[in-house]
Parts: sequence; C-alpha cells; structure tokens
Amino acid sequence: MQLPDADTLLETLIAQMRPHVTSKTALVGIRTGGVWLAERLHAALGLDGPIGSVDVSFYRDDLGARGLPPNPQRTDIPFDVEDAHIVIVDDVLYTGRTVRAALNELFDYGRPACVELAVLVDRGGRELPIAARYCAHTLPQPLPASQTLELSRDETGALSLRLIDA
Amino acid sequence: MRNPQLDSNGGLRHLLTLDGLPREILTAILDTAAPLTEVAEREVKKLPVLRGKSVFNLFFENSTRTRTTFEIAAKRLSADVVNLNVSTSSTAKGESLLDTVDNLCAMQADMFVVRHAASGAPFLIAQHLIANGRNDIHVVNAGDGRHAHPTQGLLDMYTIRHFKGDFTRLVVAIVGDVLHSRVARSQIAALKTLGVPEIRVIGPKTLLPSGLEAWGVRVFHDMDAGLKDVDVIMMLRLQNERMNGALLPTPQEFYKVWGLTAEKLARARPDAIVMHPGPMNRGVEIDSAVADGAQAVILNQVTFGIAVRMAVMSMLAA
Repeated sequence: MQLPDADTLLETLIAQMRPHVTSKTALVGIRTGGVWLAERLHAALGLDGPIGSVDVSFYRDDLGARGLPPNPQRTDIPFDVEDAHIVIVDDVLYTGRTVRAALNELFDYGRPACVELAVLVDRGGRELPIAARYCAHTLPQPLPASQTLELSRDETGALSLRLIDA
Repeated sequence: MRNPQLDSNGGLRHLLTLDGLPREILTAILDTAAPLTEVAEREVKKLPVLRGKSVFNLFFENSTRTRTTFEIAAKRLSADVVNLNVSTSSTAKGESLLDTVDNLCAMQADMFVVRHAASGAPFLIAQHLIANGRNDIHVVNAGDGRHAHPTQGLLDMYTIRHFKGDFTRLVVAIVGDVLHSRVARSQIAALKTLGVPEIRVIGPKTLLPSGLEAWGVRVFHDMDAGLKDVDVIMMLRLQNERMNGALLPTPQEFYKVWGLTAEKLARARPDAIVMHPGPMNRGVEIDSAVADGAQAVILNQVTFGIAVRMAVMSMLAA
C-alpha cells in the first residue's frame, strides 16, 4: 500500500485546525508520535500556550493481559487543566483505547472546558465511541490487526509514516 | 532451580532480594519509577494500575517509614490496602505464618508486603504460593532479618542515579553497622549489579561480618582513609535493638570514631552526597549539621521511595 507523505498530511491538519484554534488552545501530544506532531503544530499555528505530553502506560486497559510497557516516560502537563481548551494530538487513530486512556489521565489534573482530538491518520478499527475532530487522512480500508502503522522521525527531524507487519 | 522471583518469561513475580536479580530488571524498575515521581504533583494523586486489587501489609516487625510509604504507594496505584498489625493478631494466638497467609489468600489478597524479623520469611511465603499454584499472588519483601531490604536498596540506587547519573564511575562508601544491616546487603548487591567499580565498607571490626572482602568490597577500619575522595556516602543506622553482647562500648564512643561529622565529610569529594535509610540516630552515626546539610539527600530518599515502591508493585501486578 502506498502511504501518504507525512509532511503533506501535516499541512492538511494545520489547515483544518487553523480556523478553530485560539490563543487559549493547549496542545497535548500522546507519546511519542503525538508529541512530535504537537511540537510542529504549535510552531505552525503560532500558539502561545505550553505543550503537554502524556504517556498513557499506567492508564492502559490491557495491563493485566500484556503487562506494563517497558520504559514509560513522564507525563508532563505544564498548564492548569481546569477550564482549559485542549486538543489531544496523536499520529494514528486506531481502536480509540489510547485516547480513552489519555482522557482519563488528563481528567486527573482537572476539569477541562473542552477536549478535541487531532490525528494524522485514521486507520479504522475503532472499538470505542471516539472520533477525531481534525483528521488529515482516513484510510479507504481499515488495516488488518496484524499491521502496525506509526510515525517515525529521523535524525534530521523529518517525519514519515511506516507500516510494520507483525 | 529457577529464581523464585521470576516467572517463566523472566518477568518479575516476587521481589525478595536484589542478590541475583538481573541487571535488566533492576534498571527497568528504576526506569519505571522515574515518571511516577510526577504523580505527587497532580490534582488527583492516583493511577489506575492496581484498581480493584488488595494489598496486605504484613508487618511482623515494627516500621513506620517503610509501612507508610508502601501504603501510600499502593494507594496512589488505586489499590485497597489492608494493614495487619500482626503482633496483636492471630500470630499472637499461635497461628503459623503460612496459615495466616492461607487465610488472607481466602480473603482474595493480590499482594503481600512482608516484613519479618526472621531472614527468609518472605521467601517462605513466596515458595508456599508457588507450591500452591497461586501465581497470581505476589510477595514484596519489606525487610527480613539481616537478609535483605530490596526496596530500600532500589530507592538508594534511584537516589544515586538521580544525583550522580552513571554508576560505572563512582566510588561508594557504606559506613557503620553492616553486621546487623539487611539494608547494606541489598545495597552491595545492587551496586555490584549496576557496575559500581569501587564499593567501600567502613566500620569497626565488631560490626562488620567476617569474610566481607569476599563480597567484592574494600574494607576500611578508618574513616579518614575510607572516605577519601568518595562520591556517595551511605550511612547505616546503629541497630542497638539487635545487639547482644559487647560489640561496642557506648554510643558516644561510636560517634567519636565512626559518626559522620562535617570534618570527616570533608575527606569525600566536594560534591559527594550523604544518604541514610532512616531512622537516624543523630549524634550517634551522624551529626545533625551533616544530616541537615547541603550534601544530605536523606529526605529525597524518602520521596523517591514512594515512586520506587509504586514501580515495583506496578511491575508485579500488571
């Protein structure tokens, strides 16, 4: 399958978000791909607010079955979540379980005024009632569960999508 | 025999001792603890990792700091915590350790945090659970006799890594009553596993176990020589309650020779850190000016202890 170019998708996402973001919008990236995207969006949209990052390792719903992921990173929310306008940013939207975990984690910091979701690619296969307000690309056919789609970043900072077969 | 601490995939099932625990697991615990230090800064200081699980604190020996930090750690992971004051309960009526355990298993325990005056008690419980096929129940050793205090050793390693970074270039001194100290045994095991090139043990001959050199440490009976140019000083508590016989003359005399004063601390590197597992005997093994001084990281150890115990419990139960 021909994967779309990540930079082109990022431009699409910026264009979708630009009319709706304000100086009050706070971005929260989901580690790791979502954090890279949040940094790029933050610069392109000229936002003032700080960027947050969440690592949902401790909020996953499959800890019992799969164990704790190795080397979890620090969740960093450097702003007051209470009454904040938040956009959660992730590279790929799949089952929706990661977003569910991120929402639960955010609410442990306070009660935001609203939370939206921005993703680069929707690969289909949702298992929860979660939808992205901003989505640069939806795959025409859902990917099979055996395949992993993820964003990678090389040493120059260039972003690209990768498809990995299990 | 397989290491009873590990499951068939090499993952952590029980935490009984740091001796023989693979370096990858030791490092994974420290790595997992790092993001957990941040939970204390949240509005809701809780993670859902142990939601619906029951953690039983089984303390057959007194402890305030360890029991409290285990309790806080379990509660921050959303577990239900039951504290058993065993000295006033069924054990006092003659129930055996394993009968107590079986009864608590029947109450749907998921994890036991065990402190016991007898070395090997947590190991006995873990073996009993394994023999009964209860692989879903986990044991954490919170200190057994003179044998081990693994979570203390881990939080000490976390503290050293936090302040000093690379283990492989450090000179670390452990000072005082090593003979009675399970803390020192866990510290030495972990320091060796993490690749500390020089571990020194300093103390009077009567309070150091015989054959200590075989542990791979350098032994000193002189504070000035032992502390020279060290990066980390780990003080031990003088365990008066475990002493029988005339191992030392008086606490005052001990302080004069082995107590850490500013003068003795000056022998170490200027950026050396001073650690103590608590509770401190001020004016016995450590001078107040040092305990409250700029180089002391003793209260950091307590705070890190919560994150490290959260990491251990997360890895066991997840």
